[in-house]
Amino acid sequence: MTYTLKGKGAIVGVGYDGLGSRLKRSPMDHMANATFKALEDAGLELSDIDGICGGTFYHMFPTLVMAEYLGIRPKWSNSDQTGGSSFLSHLQEAVMAIEAGLCSTVLIAYGSNVGAVRNFGILDTPTYDGIYGNDQPLPGYAMAMGRHMHQYGTTREQIAEVAVAARQWAALHPDAVMRDKPISVEDVVNSPLISTPIRALDCCLMTDGGAAIIVTSAEKAKDLKQKPVYMLGSAGAHWHRELQEMEDLTVTPAKESAARAFANAGISKSDVDVVQLYDAFTINTIMFLEDMGFCEKGEGGAFVAEGRIAPGGELPVNTNGGGLSFAHPGKYGMFTLIEATEQLRGSAGDRQVQGAEIAVAHGNGCVFSHEFTTVLGTEATL
Amino acid sequence: MSSDQEALGADAQFFQHLREGRFMIQRSEGTGQFVFYPRMICPKTGKKDLSFEEVSGRGVIYGTTAVQRPEKYGGNYNLCLIDLEEGVRMLSRVVDVDPDQIQIGMKVQAHIESVDFGTFKNSDQPVVVFRLVEAA
Repeated sequence: MTYTLKGKGAIVGVGYDGLGSRLKRSPMDHMANATFKALEDAGLELSDIDGICGGTFYHMFPTLVMAEYLGIRPKWSNSDQTGGSSFLSHLQEAVMAIEAGLCSTVLIAYGSNVGAVRNFGILDTPTYDGIYGNDQPLPGYAMAMGRHMHQYGTTREQIAEVAVAARQWAALHPDAVMRDKPISVEDVVNSPLISTPIRALDCCLMTDGGAAIIVTSAEKAKDLKQKPVYMLGSAGAHWHRELQEMEDLTVTPAKESAARAFANAGISKSDVDVVQLYDAFTINTIMFLEDMGFCEKGEGGAFVAEGRIAPGGELPVNTNGGGLSFAHPGKYGMFTLIEATEQLRGSAGDRQVQGAEIAVAHGNGCVFSHEFTTVLGTEATL
Repeated sequence: MSSDQEALGADAQFFQHLREGRFMIQRSEGTGQFVFYPRMICPKTGKKDLSFEEVSGRGVIYGTTAVQRPEKYGGNYNLCLIDLEEGVRMLSRVVDVDPDQIQIGMKVQAHIESVDFGTFKNSDQPVVVFRLVEAA
């Protein structure tokens, strides 16, 4: 097997809207506002879009609803649903569709009002989770955190460092929901228990909002308004859906997806300048850094301590504040791509990682069920 | 699997066994391994060689959490993953003990009971829950 997508497609527009709001907008309203911003960012018109991807918690047929709302008749569409990682899959699939000549410019968008309505819509509960009243995803992540502490001696304080670093990054982002609310390790370990050992400040936010990105061919991207951000490598992996089917609660399919994505891009971990991970809970960041090879399995706790992933640290992780402190409108995956794009454009303001050329965006779906890793790079990395 | 059982489907057979007071889990004739949750064909091999066998109900806690819930809604409760002696893992609850007392590695025993939570809340369909086994 040979990966043939390296450098073939690029992100040329990004946008988000309504983050943290408690408005009466529908998920599609949020989707449309984000689309408006992404088009403006790309310098494109709605009529340039001939492919569409997306998914919400509220629509069985999301791309049909999105295209109808926007008044476009796409030549190609895809609503592959793998949880919060879906949008990273969509990017890969969009580049495939463009390469195959099915369409030329793809909008990937979604919207959610989970913050306002606390409604997970059509999200299904697997049979044996339902029988025991396991309201996914919280208890599964709690058990994973407990196992990590049990198996490797990871401490509560080490895990709390993830939340503190995310909040420090959020302080540097003008649009971060938790921008003005600094926290300490003590705050995290003393926040209310939710599902042992997870506490309130270990959990991602529940906000409203919409997000959108626009993807086109590398050739077209060169003539557009923004500095193109190229997809260098991409890979997904899924090993289970139900919690009880997970072989080892401390090892995720990110181990497989990251290895393949890095190989596809022809890079190693030392080439990575900035990392955006789907941090649904603090333990995710630790486990993904291990599974991606940034440290050994079991050493993630020590790795994130002493500010290593915080502003000024050795490895910048979740430079927008992540799902923990930037925003989390039901699914976060799209924001890993958006922040990676901002960093590689060099437009990340106070939080800019100087000289960033290669970024990793990583999405997580359900309870460590589906993992998708994308390697993005500037023109210099092609 | 008889044609009657085929018609019933995999989950329904499991539930029927529980209604008859038996904790039965499928085993593959080809691999000799137990399989849970119930299926029509053996995962990995794809063979139609699964049949239900009664299991010991003995297990060990692999993962556990105490889900926090206000007293007025019933208080905190346990959710856990249990590794059964037969080599399969299942999600369940350990009951009749303070959920904070439950720890990884503890021995548990299955009980078939009607419950006041989840899909079969207050119904005629009993489910498998677990209790801690007192240390000898």
